[in-house]
Amino acid sequence: MGLLGYFRRNEPKKSSARSAKDRLQIIVAHEHSSSVSPAYLPEMQREIVEVIRKFMDISNNDVKCEFSDNAEDDMSVLEVNITLPKSK
Amino acid sequence: MAKVIVVTSGKGGVGKTTSSAAIGSGLAMTGAKTVIIDFDIGLRNLDLIMGCERRVVYDLINVINGEANLQQALVKDKRIPDLYILPASQTRNKDALTKEGVQKVIDTLKSDGFEYIICDSPAGIEQGAMMALYFADEAIVTTNPEVSSVRDSDRITGMLSSKSYRSEQQLTPVKVHLLITRYCPERVQREEMLSIEDINDLLGIELLGVIPESKDVLSASNLGEPIILNQDSDAGKAYQDAVDRLQGIERDFRFVTYQKKGFLSRMFGG
Repeated sequence: MGLLGYFRRNEPKKSSARSAKDRLQIIVAHEHSSSVSPAYLPEMQREIVEVIRKFMDISNNDVKCEFSDNAEDDMSVLEVNITLPKSK
Repeated sequence: MAKVIVVTSGKGGVGKTTSSAAIGSGLAMTGAKTVIIDFDIGLRNLDLIMGCERRVVYDLINVINGEANLQQALVKDKRIPDLYILPASQTRNKDALTKEGVQKVIDTLKSDGFEYIICDSPAGIEQGAMMALYFADEAIVTTNPEVSSVRDSDRITGMLSSKSYRSEQQLTPVKVHLLITRYCPERVQREEMLSIEDINDLLGIELLGVIPESKDVLSASNLGEPIILNQDSDAGKAYQDAVDRLQGIERDFRFVTYQKKGFLSRMFGG
């Protein structure tokens, strides 16, 4: 680095390492929350299907269970979405 | 008691094979019988890094399929008496790796008196990588101070705690170590690169070693000599420190701070 470079060093510049860390913190936290779904989820999904099937004609794919952790609200949400066949 | 250690990372090109070769060699130099297994089926490279590519006859898949026995497939290192390499197959499909097959190989190695079984994982999270980490007692997660590598390391750490034999059997979890490679203290000081502290905050894994960026690593791979054998090199010394820490010996972290150049050398570009 020469003489000019020495003066340029004093210019304030945004730290790219800082941006890297901030971005990673968000994405890592997000991936952690989405990956932690309880082990009983598939079994519960199967049982829900069984119960509904007693009354309606649905397949395994018609029930979607999603588990999400919301760190801010200090609670977890279980979302169950069931697609029913059109009533005739 | 034999230890199975996987060297993994998720991302490719961060130094898994270089680290496997260095750490395996370092452990063998303590007199512990050590084998390094290449799990990168179809893209074997450990043999080249170790400089034994011309002595490979049989490979891991041959052993799993019963086409050769372990003794025939193991390549003995010419420099370090207690070191052996088990090469990957260059021609087969990675699906040839089965849980039962890998278990059989690891069990045989254990009964043959191997103390350290180092599993050099391929990149990615497919069959080869999952088989490399499945039987691990300990893991060395290799990470570059760079966003995609850190993210992938976090992902593979999650796999270690959910997809390994130890997690499935609810045994003591795999002991995970962090190995930062290609670290450049000068760039960290200029805030152009994630620091050790940043990576620690993000991953929360116990730090095993920090290997500085060094041109000696390329020279070593050119020659087929594990970098740890070059104790004139900072990278070689840093790997030696990591090997010592792996055995429970305390070592200060070296090559992690940048000595600022003086005013004069900066003026004249020294």
